[in-house]
Parts: sequence; structure tokens; C-alpha cells
Amino acid sequence: MTFINYASREINCKIVYYGPGLCGKTTNLQHIYDSTAQEAKGKLISLATETDRTLFFDFMPLELGTVRGFKTRFHLYTVPGQVYYDASRKLILKGVDGVVFVADSQEERMDANIESLYNLEENLQTQGYDLMKLPYVLQLNKRDLPNVIPMEDLAYELRKKDEPVFEAVASTGTGVFDTLKGVAKQVLTELRKS
Amino acid sequence: MAQAFILHDQQFQRMKSVIGRLCVECAARAVFLVDRDGQTIAVHGEIGDMDMTSFASLAAGNVAATHSMAKLIGENAFPSVVHEGERESIFISVIGRSLLVVVFDERSTLGLVKIRAKKASYEVASILDDAANDSKAFSIAQDSVFADISDDDIDSLFA
Repeated sequence: MTFINYASREINCKIVYYGPGLCGKTTNLQHIYDSTAQEAKGKLISLATETDRTLFFDFMPLELGTVRGFKTRFHLYTVPGQVYYDASRKLILKGVDGVVFVADSQEERMDANIESLYNLEENLQTQGYDLMKLPYVLQLNKRDLPNVIPMEDLAYELRKKDEPVFEAVASTGTGVFDTLKGVAKQVLTELRKS
Repeated sequence: MAQAFILHDQQFQRMKSVIGRLCVECAARAVFLVDRDGQTIAVHGEIGDMDMTSFASLAAGNVAATHSMAKLIGENAFPSVVHEGERESIFISVIGRSLLVVVFDERSTLGLVKIRAKKASYEVASILDDAANDSKAFSIAQDSVFADISDDDIDSLFA
């Protein structure tokens, strides 16, 4: 839920990166963190297992600047991708303003993408959201790997509506900020309609 | 998108006054009001270089997790959560969609914090109800600040 504080003139929004295990959600956040000026970001919090797999969530606050005199703060979250952390995923979707679905472009991960996308729709529904009405972008990650599905085929399989689709290589940063911009733009545009 | 939660200046000042009083009355180090999505609403006390944004998101995650654990054992909810450390402790009271978080040390006691927080929670709940009702009635689109946001404004954030 967007929180607008007229006293401090701030807009706070929550964006969640969703997707199957090891698709690159944390890598997206890590790249944003590494590439952002110190004064525009807070700490990157990772609640991870000993093997660096996300256990509960990753979180980083990002201040993008001022729109019409209001500071815009985005709180970026990732969910744990592994199937058995579904309870945590549901919790993190509470109060979401925009979702990035990070798909793994590798052929062998297609089933995992579809399963995770279905899980996203289901979990959004249980929180009272409709994916079709929510600010949403699709990121096709790991485009640098040799065994990837062609972009058109992947987008055809995974696209849910007319959401923007971004090709990315999160490990090098390619497409990471375009993706963030794509979802942030939709979230701020929604404010006009509220 | 869900209805935005809007806090106006007058409600914000009332809220700050309530949590400021609570902080003094229970000799706390700091008092936070955080919404259940992890956004900080108001803060009072010795913050120092504490990362408030991270603290708020972790407090919300903590309450969300314990709330789900409550459901799993057949409880409707845990209305409060306590973490007691050697020197610093945290008391979190759930007030509707918000969390009243008290950080305290050996200058106070859990019993005192609980009593004072309970009293303050009625006032906090009343202010939050007012804000929620105002949020429903207030159309952001009527406010030219938001209605006039242009694509260029948004693009400039990423320039």
C-alpha cells in the first residue's frame, strides 16, 4: 500500500521481485545496491541461509528523487524462490504496490518459471490483489547463457497481459535499471488514478 | 492498486505527540510507529545512527512471521511480540494495520512498557482510524500534485 506522508512530503512504495529459485532476484537488488550513490540508498538486508539462499527476504530502500515536491522512496523486496518457502512469499506480498517477475531464460527452468508465475497469481489472490490490475513487469534474465529460450517464445509463454518485457543479465547489470524503471513508472502512474 | 494510506500533517503531529509522551512515560530508548508493510510512520527517542528503515521492515517481517505461526497453532494472532536482550529489549504491540515498537534498556522494565504502551495504543488507534477514514474519502486525483505527475517527471527520477 502506497504510504503518502503529507507532513514530511514523502511517497513510500513497495516493489517485490518474484520468481523461481536461483533466477536472479537477489542479484537484481545487489546490482541496484552496488550502482546507487550512498545517499540514495539504505542498507541491503538479506535474511539468507548459510548457503546464501534467500530464507525470508532481501530488502533495500531506494530514494529516487523528488516528484512535485514529494520525495519518492521505493522499498525493494525479494521473495525466497524455493518452493517450500511459500508461507514467506505470501507475507512479503502484503502491501505490495508493484511486482517484477524475474524469469530464468534457460530451457530447463521453463517449468519452474510457469510454476512460480502460477504461484504468484495465487498468492496475490489470497492477499486480495489481481495481477491483471497491479503494476507489473516481466524480466527475462540470464540472456547471456547458451541454452536460453528465444525471447519471443519465452515472452509468449509467460506474458500475462500487456506488461513491459525486459531482457536482462542481472549479474552484469544489463536491463536491471530498465526493469526497475518500468515498474516504478507504473506505480507512480497509478497514483494519478487513486 | 490498493487505496493509498495518507497521513496529513495534523494527524502526524498528534501521532508524534503520543509516541513522544509514551517514550518519556516508560523511560524507553525509542518508540516507533511502523505500518505492517514495513514503512516508518513516526519515531521518537534516541535514534543515533540506527538504520530506521531497515529496522521498520524487519519489525514488520517479524510480526508477519509470528502472526502466521499463531495461525498454525490455532491462535488468531499474537497481539504483542517481545524480544529481551542482555541490555536492549524490544516490545511490539500490534494496533490494527500498524505496529507500536518500543526499544528499551535497563532504565525501564517490560511491565512498565506494556502498561504504558497499552494506554497509548488507544490513542494511536484513534488517530490511525481518522487517517484511514480520511484516506478513503480523499481522492489523490483531486490533488493536482499527483494528477499532474507527467511522464517527464517520472523519467527525470532515472536520469
